[in-house]
Amino acid sequence: MPPAARRPLTVALTGLNATDSPGAGVAVARALRESPDYEVRLIGLSYEALEPGIYLRDLFQKTYQLPYPAAGSAALLERLTYIQTQEKLDVIIPNFDAELPLFGRLEPSLRALGIRLLVPTLAQLDARDKLNLSAFGVAHGLPVPATQVVHHLGGLAAAATALGWPLVLKGRWYEAQVVHTLAQAEGAFAQLQARWGLPLLAQRFVAGQELNVAGLADGRGHCLSAVPMRKLTITDKGKAWAGITIEDERLTALAHHFARASQWRGGFELELLRTPAGELFVLEINPRFPAWVYLTAAAGHNQPAALLRLALGEAVEPFGEVAVGKMFVRCAWDLVADYGDFQQIAGLGEL
Amino acid sequence: MKLKKNIATSEAGFVFNPATGDSFVANPLAADIIGQLKAGHEAAAIQADLLDRYEVSASQLRRDFDDLLTQLAHYHLLDEAA
Repeated sequence: MPPAARRPLTVALTGLNATDSPGAGVAVARALRESPDYEVRLIGLSYEALEPGIYLRDLFQKTYQLPYPAAGSAALLERLTYIQTQEKLDVIIPNFDAELPLFGRLEPSLRALGIRLLVPTLAQLDARDKLNLSAFGVAHGLPVPATQVVHHLGGLAAAATALGWPLVLKGRWYEAQVVHTLAQAEGAFAQLQARWGLPLLAQRFVAGQELNVAGLADGRGHCLSAVPMRKLTITDKGKAWAGITIEDERLTALAHHFARASQWRGGFELELLRTPAGELFVLEINPRFPAWVYLTAAAGHNQPAALLRLALGEAVEPFGEVAVGKMFVRCAWDLVADYGDFQQIAGLGEL
Repeated sequence: MKLKKNIATSEAGFVFNPATGDSFVANPLAADIIGQLKAGHEAAAIQADLLDRYEVSASQLRRDFDDLLTQLAHYHLLDEAA
């Protein structure tokens, strides 16, 4: 019997910034193209005219600029309503942390337009937020290094007394610095505050091996897929430039534990650290797929393709074993475009 | 002393630990020994085989063999329970 034909589906994605600190959009797009169920037509959604994914014309049939999240949900809905008249989207997969609350709030309105989403609830986003992760860990038995919220410069000394030196000073949204003295901490405080605002987080420093788990959960407490990965090369921004799938039941168990405790809805990433003594710590929980999520497809767990099915209300069975030893090596590749293309997206907001 | 069951080895001497993502390159003799450990051979049998095939004293072989096992244990490649 011939295989069933793949059904056509139009999917729009954000996170086209495949840069040295990449969004997940391009990786999600590549995984969706390998969906066993759908012949996916991909529409890009960008915020900047130089997001590299815009110029991957073989991948994205068309790209539309979106208003920045700071413009609010009404502006986003107006723009998406226009895009819907042009493209008849079936599903949107947002890939940026900052836009997830907006998409969450707009979910009923988008559903009325015929667009499906699978994003975490506002309460779920809040629970794993950097500011709340420590309390979430305590409440649900997840091992999170001791953390204190620092609202002002004077709070650094108290945090150091509680946590000891060195400690990790983290920006509200991104970046972290390891500091060994109060003077270093004050310097880092000024830099991180200037970039990301207040408060900052001071976390007990834990040395060890960085590990990540990409996961997908159905919103009813079931983790359908958990793919552990070890970073093999890390950029100066701490991003994985190469990695390999590994098998470690404790990592998979942590992902299942998180999905159950939070009733997580959608993709997620656990950023973990394993000490030389074998202790595991959860450093962060990202509320969307990671930029390396295409590796999940290579490992036999095409998480973005499974998310499509969940978003459409279709059943998804838990995946089986992860193919271990699958590697990715990121590639800096120059895309060449005409200036007219840049003018089109920068000036008219679509290409 | 046994190699962990999930450790992957190749004829070229590559050793991969799927639990940690660590990989190593063994020289031909170490690869030979690791291959025998993976096949379930006992340490004494492996040493007897090497004594047959190489010009080496039993005491030197034992020292080098123990040194290799120490390295394998350090890199978490040996089954501690075995």
